[in-house]
Amino acid sequence: MTKRFALGIFEDEDVLLHAVENIRGAGVKIYEVFTPFPIHGMDDAMGIERSRLPIAAFFYGMTGLAFALWLQIYTLGFDWPMIIGGKPHIALPAFIPVSFELTVFFCCHGMVITFYTISKLYPRWKTPVLDVRSTDDKFVVAIELNENSDLNGLAKLLRENGASEVNEKEMTKN
Amino acid sequence: MQHVSAVREPLVTGGKTYHDVTVDVCRQVEAKPNVRWMAALSVALFFLGIFLYSVYRTLWYGIGEWGLNKTVGWAWDITNFVWWVGIGHAGTLISAVLLLFRQKWRSSINRAAEAMTIFAVICAAMFPVLHMGRPWLAYWVFPLQNTFGSLWANFNSPLLWDVFAISTYFTVSLVFWYTGLVPDFATIRDRAKGPIAKVAYSLLSMGWTGSAKHWSRYETVSLILAGVSTPLVLSVHTIVSMDFATSVVPGWHTTIFPPYFVAGAIFSGFAMVLTLMLITRVVFKLEDYITIEHIALMNKIMMITGSIVGVAYITEFFIAWYSQVEFEQYAFINRATGPYWWAYASMMTCNVITPQLVWIRKVRYSIPLTFILSIIVNIGMWFERFVIIVTSLHRDYLPSSWAMFSPTRIDIGIYVGTLGLFFTLFLLFAKFFPVINMAEVKTILKYTVDNGPTYTGVDPHAHAIHHESTTHGVPANAPVNYNKHD
Repeated sequence: MTKRFALGIFEDEDVLLHAVENIRGAGVKIYEVFTPFPIHGMDDAMGIERSRLPIAAFFYGMTGLAFALWLQIYTLGFDWPMIIGGKPHIALPAFIPVSFELTVFFCCHGMVITFYTISKLYPRWKTPVLDVRSTDDKFVVAIELNENSDLNGLAKLLRENGASEVNEKEMTKN
Repeated sequence: MQHVSAVREPLVTGGKTYHDVTVDVCRQVEAKPNVRWMAALSVALFFLGIFLYSVYRTLWYGIGEWGLNKTVGWAWDITNFVWWVGIGHAGTLISAVLLLFRQKWRSSINRAAEAMTIFAVICAAMFPVLHMGRPWLAYWVFPLQNTFGSLWANFNSPLLWDVFAISTYFTVSLVFWYTGLVPDFATIRDRAKGPIAKVAYSLLSMGWTGSAKHWSRYETVSLILAGVSTPLVLSVHTIVSMDFATSVVPGWHTTIFPPYFVAGAIFSGFAMVLTLMLITRVVFKLEDYITIEHIALMNKIMMITGSIVGVAYITEFFIAWYSQVEFEQYAFINRATGPYWWAYASMMTCNVITPQLVWIRKVRYSIPLTFILSIIVNIGMWFERFVIIVTSLHRDYLPSSWAMFSPTRIDIGIYVGTLGLFFTLFLLFAKFFPVINMAEVKTILKYTVDNGPTYTGVDPHAHAIHHESTTHGVPANAPVNYNKHD
């Protein structure tokens, strides 16, 4: 499917932040903003909801903790109890380090895998980008166009809000 | 965001623009390998060869190739293991702890420091695995129900805790580092000219485009990873110290071991970061990013952790006397005056006296002195582990079992060989990966004093309306002493 975009190129992140607020205020839907680095305040300006990844991370961590405790208690306490140094079979204080490590292990890897999955980030042979300068020093506001879009109006809106150039670009998305 | 003090030294000098950052960092990735890099790599590969030969001897002929005996059953192997793991800790401290404390200066050194962590942990892992004697059975450390009887791993053993701690630490550091690299790989990908570079960096960058949604999640992930890595890094060296502290060997059975080891780890780690950074900044012409201020700040951390280590040495001695345990007392007297007095003296000189020189401003800001100091500290920290391990083991409860330890050529070969492995990996990293986190440096660029007046990403007259605003951002032409809270 081929989509058409109007791209507003900005030189400065503070100008961009205002522009995003104003463009959205004018009732124009922004498809996406591409920036070379994270910009504080962009979440609010773009209306991006707070990520629920921390909640996911917490539950991954709890899973890790439960797994670690189960593993240690089941193996040493029930499946094959051994007397080690005269200590009880289920010596909870000695289980703390492994429980902690597995909590961290599950928490981190669960969260990172979730992050890559929901963000659809995976290795690909070719990565199409709307404007290659957006990973260098330019800030790009992409507005999706359809048959009824008023390109001149959009260009004017973008320029009024500080865009140094406005381009039109097509991109094929599979 | 952050408060910018007018008196604080700039984090990035030279009035860099965003594009300059990209160009400066990508330069050595895109350029042909230079002669100095090739020369350094050849030396590293030579030592890697020594490593491979020593490993071959160890595997083919067995642990008998090492200088161990029935009294000193742990020596260079565990010394080197603890030394390398300790070095790794500075990377996590810079990337996680300093992130939580909002220390913006970490931005230009965190990438290389994290790489150092990963490579150091790889080197560290070589020693316990080789000491197993039959490394192809290394998977036995994992709690797999083995087919020779339904016996599981012993979760009461600190050595098994180590397995979990090091595996978690290595994999978490790796994903933390990689996730941070993804946006920078995208930058290189979008600049790449050659077909191989295009494909390689496209694969590495995982299709990163820098969309606002991705950045939002990326920041969340970084923060959580930093939050869990902080207790993780403390736990790792705590567990390493428990390998000793939970035993009954005089000189090892000490409750101060965990904090003492963690401080020592950060101390040696910062020394290694300094060694690497002082070379990297010159070789790749990154003096504007890794400034003399960075070096001074790292020196200060080295001094603080070095002082903690010094206090720990004295505390150990005091507690040995205060405990009134004959064996403990002998262990410490033997360390200082016994046959290994020279190791103890080197440790005390290198680790207690040298970091105190950093109180002098001239030393802290001197590049050659810092370089020498960082090397001395690393030598001292190696001796610390040697002293703790060998001098405690060689004379413990039973005088008839007392013995001396001396390393064989293979012991030495494996140790210097891991240095070769480390530098080979680091040099490859420095050539093909961005050594400075470009995205992160760009976020601080506008808020460093030096760049306040010089960096004008936008023509100040073109969009006058925005300069009235105080809610968002500093105008590019803001005065030098602009203080900002957000």
